[in-house]
Amino acid sequence: MTQTTEAPPAGSPHRSRPVPVKAASTFAQALNAALADAMEADPTVLMFGEDVGVLGGVFRITDGLTARFGEERCFDTPLAEAGIVGMAVGMAMNGMRPVVEMQFDAFAYPAFEQVVSHVAKMRNRTRGAVHLPIVIRIPYAGGIGGVEHHCDSSEAYYAHTPGLTVLAPATVRDAYFLLREAIASPDPVVFLEPKKLYWSREDVDLAELRRTFEDGQAPRRIGRAVVARAGTDATLISYGPSVPTALAAAAAAAEEGRSIEVIDLRSIVPFDDETVCESVRRTGRAVVVAEAPGFASVASEIVARVQERCFHSLAAPVLRVTGFDIPYPSPKLEHFYLPSVDRILDAVDDLQWED
Amino acid sequence: MSTATNGRGSMEASAGGTQQSMDSALLPSAKPVQLVDPEGCHTHDDRYPLPDGELLLSAYGHLVAGRRINDQANALVRQGRLAVYPSSHGQEACQVAAAVVLAGEDWLFPTYRDTVAVITRGIDPLQVFSLLRGDWHGGYDPHEHRVAPQATPLATQLLHAVGVGHAAKLRGESTVVLAMCGDGATSEGDFHEAMNFAAVFHVPVVFLIQNNEFAISVPLDHQTVAPSLAHKAIGYGMPGERVDGNDLAALLAVLGAAVDRARDGGGPSLIEAHTYRMHAHTNADDATRYRSADDVERWVPRDPILRMRTYLRGLTLLTDEGEHALSDAADSIAATIRGGLNTEAEVDPAQLFEYVYAEKTSQLREQAEQLREELARDAEAESAGAGDQAEGELR
Ligand SMILES: Cc1ncc(C[n+]2csc(CCOP(=O)(O)OP(=O)(O)O)c2C)c(N)n1
Repeated sequence: MTQTTEAPPAGSPHRSRPVPVKAASTFAQALNAALADAMEADPTVLMFGEDVGVLGGVFRITDGLTARFGEERCFDTPLAEAGIVGMAVGMAMNGMRPVVEMQFDAFAYPAFEQVVSHVAKMRNRTRGAVHLPIVIRIPYAGGIGGVEHHCDSSEAYYAHTPGLTVLAPATVRDAYFLLREAIASPDPVVFLEPKKLYWSREDVDLAELRRTFEDGQAPRRIGRAVVARAGTDATLISYGPSVPTALAAAAAAAEEGRSIEVIDLRSIVPFDDETVCESVRRTGRAVVVAEAPGFASVASEIVARVQERCFHSLAAPVLRVTGFDIPYPSPKLEHFYLPSVDRILDAVDDLQWED
Repeated sequence: MSTATNGRGSMEASAGGTQQSMDSALLPSAKPVQLVDPEGCHTHDDRYPLPDGELLLSAYGHLVAGRRINDQANALVRQGRLAVYPSSHGQEACQVAAAVVLAGEDWLFPTYRDTVAVITRGIDPLQVFSLLRGDWHGGYDPHEHRVAPQATPLATQLLHAVGVGHAAKLRGESTVVLAMCGDGATSEGDFHEAMNFAAVFHVPVVFLIQNNEFAISVPLDHQTVAPSLAHKAIGYGMPGERVDGNDLAALLAVLGAAVDRARDGGGPSLIEAHTYRMHAHTNADDATRYRSADDVERWVPRDPILRMRTYLRGLTLLTDEGEHALSDAADSIAATIRGGLNTEAEVDPAQLFEYVYAEKTSQLREQAEQLREELARDAEAESAGAGDQAEGELR
């Protein structure tokens, strides 16, 4: 598998944001463009949810879609998450490619039953006769000073459910390409959008991304992790909102003379064992960085896989830097909770170095 | 905001009088619609003409077959051939009518109890039973006869039905969707969301509640204190109707009218069929704990087959000869089911990993390979064991 090393995204919560020099695009704009381009390219792609129409979504990800494609293609539903996902199931059964927005992570739970019992299982129940090309977009995770129920990291619930593809982009480019791939996927995708990255910027031309995707030039991203920063001494494995923090930690470690590789998973399910294990076998040390509570988490799963597969290459136990096993804390306390550069550097220090 | 002319049953009206007539147009009839009474006599209803004899006779044939399917399936559970069977004995008129009123392009969304409806719609009974037999969670291709997989989580399928109907509308198709659920399911949130979505988006869906008085052990008055389940419709702005659920003629008329209305752009409706579950919830249930034999006995004379038979015989639409033919046809379906389920179906463990994703993930490929190796080792050990045994016998 070939990997492309991409530039780390600008702007981490622990560094001052570089001033954008030229036509930069935000993560949110990339998602909006991906939706618009997908709707343009395929008339069966529909977008619906709460406040996604005239308002353009509470994060404006669906801005302008109703005006451009009409109320039949991008519309508001009654306030009912199970209704939104359940109706998407029927629409997908009848030839549509629905993209639905759950307004916030914790408000997707009323729809959990539909996701787990139907969205994830329809292909299996019907022995492949019915498949559901549905994308469930969820603005997720914290770091934005949000109030209760607006900052949950719910990836483990979805990742634990066979039949779902679970994605969490961390860069503007990946936001665009992964969402296009998700919409094109024959399988249902839970698409986790790190809220704190919505306003992050990259120097990318969205029209250029569209051409690249539609010409089939973009390398596939679902199921493929990427080395976000190359290094030789240890591997930080991360995804979604924690990737910028991991990159900042790697940059700080470099100043202390340690060469840290950072892997951005992008795709939680399917999981790219190959890229992760290749890196860990090379560096011999690994730390998993994720924002969700650590117990019974995606981070736990990654640690287990790495120990199983790379045991003989490991110079130290694989460690985790995660959120605490508590409900997501209130805004004034969240900085104590979130994996920080310091916490990551401490974990790296604990990797049993000889010096 | 526009008024009811948008066809969405808007509650806005200029005068109180209009408001009242609009409301009452959505309300169910005071008594459940009945066209053939338990004695087998035609009872008149101004709004619903009696379906013609041909239709009644052919539907009656399905009724007889449906009863035989229920009886056969129960017997197969006792023989250990089926894991479980939620019988619709006594509810067959609802089952048959739900399937018969639909055109080929229409969709049916059934529940676990609606096996007879699914078979009446034309799906091979052996494929249908693969679910309850334990071969696979669903055994038929939903697109082939436009029948969704039988849903077990209550009321969830009603939303899928709305989605199929909404997509059909967007695609300019004249498809109507009929979705079934029980009385207990009406308490679930998904029921409410489905009604509301269907009404707001003006979707061509007919909701059929089979009110068989119990949700496992819990009687209807523990689910709701509404005047009837059909009354719930007005709260969503769609018409509701009550129908005698053991009267095949009335069911065909009421459901048929609702389907026609939906096809003509009239939007969704809710129909409550009042019937009775004559058997236990499933074979695993002890119904004597929550209802008396007397209660059940009271429903025996209201049997849907009995009355339709009397009615059809009275009109000489049904003759001795005709009855024999229907009985033979039902026997042959039962024999097919019995024969098919008496042979063990081959199950292929490799299929476990087949239908999870369009393309197997590397994790699934690894696990499939792991299971294959395990089974190969087992088979090898077994054949080595058999060899030892054979040698032993020789010595
Ligand atoms: C969401 C959910 N909760 C609980 C159950 C367990 N359950 C299966 S059938 C049933 C009773 C349903 O009663 P009703 O809707 O009246 O349908 P009936 O069985 O009478 O046809 C229950 C509680 C379930 N299948 N789904």
